Amino acid sequence: MSTAVLLDDLVTDHMRPRSWKLPIALSVFTLAAAFGFAGTTSSTAISQVAIVTGNRWLGTINLALPSLTSEIVLVAAMLCVTGSAWWASATRTTAFGKVRLGSWMGIIFGTCFVASFLLWAVAGRGASLQFTSLLSGALFLSVPLIFGAMAGTVCEHVGVINVSIEGQLLAGAFLAAVVGAVSQNPWLGLISAPVAGAVIGALLALFAVRYWVDHIIVGVVLNVLVTGLTSYLFSTVLTRNTAVFSATVKLPKWQIPVLSEIPVIGPVLFNQNALVYLMYIAVIALQILLFKSKWGLRLRACGEHPRAADTVGIKVNRTRVLNTILGGAIAGLGGAYFTVANGLAFGKQMSAGRGYIALAAMILGGWKPKGALVAALLFGFADNLQNALGVVGVEVPSQFMLMAPYLVTIFAVAGLVGRVRPPAMEGKPYKG
Amino acid sequence: MSDTTQEQSTPRPTWRVMLRSAATSSYLTSFLAIVVALLIGAILIGAADAQVQQTAAYLFAQPSDFFGAVGHAVGGAYSSLFQGAVVNVSTANNAADVIAPITKTIAYSVPLIFAGLALGIGFRAGMFNIGAQGQIILGAVLCGYVGFSWHLPIVIHVIVCLIGAFVGGALWGFIPGILKAKTGANEVIVTIMLNSIAVFLLGWLLTLQAFRKPTSNAPISPTMDPSAQFPHFFGTPIDLGFVLAILAAVGVWWLMERSTLGFRIRAVGENPDAARTAGMNVSMTYVWVMILSGGLAGLAATSQLLSSASQQLNANIASTFGFDAITVALLGRSKPVGTVLAGLLFGGLRAGGYLMQSVTGTPIDIILVVQSVIVLLIAAPPLVRALFRLPDPERRRRATSRAHARSTREEVTA
Repeated sequence: MSTAVLLDDLVTDHMRPRSWKLPIALSVFTLAAAFGFAGTTSSTAISQVAIVTGNRWLGTINLALPSLTSEIVLVAAMLCVTGSAWWASATRTTAFGKVRLGSWMGIIFGTCFVASFLLWAVAGRGASLQFTSLLSGALFLSVPLIFGAMAGTVCEHVGVINVSIEGQLLAGAFLAAVVGAVSQNPWLGLISAPVAGAVIGALLALFAVRYWVDHIIVGVVLNVLVTGLTSYLFSTVLTRNTAVFSATVKLPKWQIPVLSEIPVIGPVLFNQNALVYLMYIAVIALQILLFKSKWGLRLRACGEHPRAADTVGIKVNRTRVLNTILGGAIAGLGGAYFTVANGLAFGKQMSAGRGYIALAAMILGGWKPKGALVAALLFGFADNLQNALGVVGVEVPSQFMLMAPYLVTIFAVAGLVGRVRPPAMEGKPYKG
Repeated sequence: MSDTTQEQSTPRPTWRVMLRSAATSSYLTSFLAIVVALLIGAILIGAADAQVQQTAAYLFAQPSDFFGAVGHAVGGAYSSLFQGAVVNVSTANNAADVIAPITKTIAYSVPLIFAGLALGIGFRAGMFNIGAQGQIILGAVLCGYVGFSWHLPIVIHVIVCLIGAFVGGALWGFIPGILKAKTGANEVIVTIMLNSIAVFLLGWLLTLQAFRKPTSNAPISPTMDPSAQFPHFFGTPIDLGFVLAILAAVGVWWLMERSTLGFRIRAVGENPDAARTAGMNVSMTYVWVMILSGGLAGLAATSQLLSSASQQLNANIASTFGFDAITVALLGRSKPVGTVLAGLLFGGLRAGGYLMQSVTGTPIDIILVVQSVIVLLIAAPPLVRALFRLPDPERRRRATSRAHARSTREEVTA
């Protein structure tokens, strides 16, 4: 891996082999949109989209777009992006100044593709697509993914592969529900969630750092352990005392006074509960601290080159243990989403694989909080799409919608969506 | 871990040496790990028992009540676990009833052995195939489709179903293999993703006309043809599946220890760079490993579909075999014999767990806890040694090498 990076610095643009991956992928998607969406839209259909709903100043704006025309416009836009991708590959252009071409093409193209899909799906339906609730639902669904991805980012940068995000989420959800129900206070539940996650993080650190057990094995086995433990306690203690434990508590929604009145983004971003606001803080803090602070530099040194870190006096294994516990706590906090943030009682295996999607989001986001946030939001959006379309009455095979995040991740790790690089020494024990 | 240094003076096998070698053997570690796991399980069973909780309130006034309750809860649960897994001594009427549990254990162990062998091949090539779950599902899809929609003569049908299961799993294993070979994509991530994709794919297939039982609204397939069924031995639940699993274990042993491909797989697993330098095609080895591994995992599906009458494809066809197989392969240290034994142990825990759940009300989820603790402890032998204050086999060697280094240094300085 390190030799590849070195070579990358030495090779100038004209020496680099042309990569045709991006233009080919974009062409495939453009063709899919042209024939799958635009080609099957009737020329008289109207697509209704409620962009703004019940805003103080704008009221409700319900757009009625002629479906076929908008489809053609969007496909034309996609063709432009695809064309420039071909041109960029042919001339080996990768960036304009500081703006990386690939990521911008991806964002513009992706937006157009999703828009053309949505307009196609709601074309000719009586009801209109609720744009605001589509986005706010997507944000809420991505909360556990974001916390999980943040946990993964912290752990991997310090050199520990955290596959047990799933278990940490589940443990957090369990403890939050139990403490919340017993104390009848959602805040105590919220506070206790990270404790459960931290315990699992500590176990991960014990086996991975202290006993040099393969990190992926520990992670997978810890997930089984937490699943077994929480399901066992659920079937015995919780179901026996339903009077106490089925009483649910829910975090209240906080509407931020002025900000929540902004059209579209106001209700999406600023009419949520405390866990979502904590999520904003976590992402921003981690993005800054990981790459700009002393703590972040030391942490990353342990993951990139532990021997060098040791040489300058950083206690590598202690740093790894502490930050793995921190990562576990972050994921545990995300687990509160399933119970106290949703106002639900605990259920067996209620994290339902979200920990693994969070792992995927972290990889897709290139091991950076910012990128992981975008990827997690994307997954949350895909998740919420079927709810939103179901309201309009569109029957898309939900399995394919649910499959999308996993497919995208496979494409990503196979190198289709830019190249991402994990911390060099992650998963390698440091034996001093 | 083999000791390559030639001992100058071979020590006489005194009782001391024998004791030491026994105390440092990996079998002892495995055994102690199982003991600790069962102890932790016992604590959980006791702690969740209503009677124990009541008596704990007056523990110091009347400790005998408390310990009696603990003994009753734990003893009851573990005795039914044992009787459900090995031999039934309490409610059996005849000899067949007595050994019925062990035959059930064997039946449960078949998918675990297949999938455990599959993952073992991957582990020895240095590949983490977490995707057995998805490979089992794909194997089940193909095996099931062939089983209920093609109507073939009696022996041929079973063979075709077996091929279907292997091909389905191999296909799902081929994807991460080729992606790793061609793009360097991490197989752990790809297989985890493919697991979920397989679940949704199966869910979607079961909505199709071709996979739907005509008379039912539930997402289940038509039942398998009677011709697509393993023959049973002597009216027990043991059938051809177990024999095939043992044959597969022998086959894997031959492949890994005696064949060129196996040598290549082991070499790549030990050190891919060295293997590449020696002229081996590392990328193709990854692809072959994943095809074989996926195919074997796919065969695990046959025990679900071909083992008993009126089986049908449903959303839960793979249960959690793919994930349990990870623990099986780890416990068996990726070796065929170990995997078969580990598969039998976990099959027994499963079989006994069901009886325990129905008799004493102890939820079967406790088995997951016991399994994961076993694997965690086996993966960390130093922890087990620390728990039981056993000697460290490495320490002696390290001490001698240190002494050797010191004497060399003294020679140099002299």
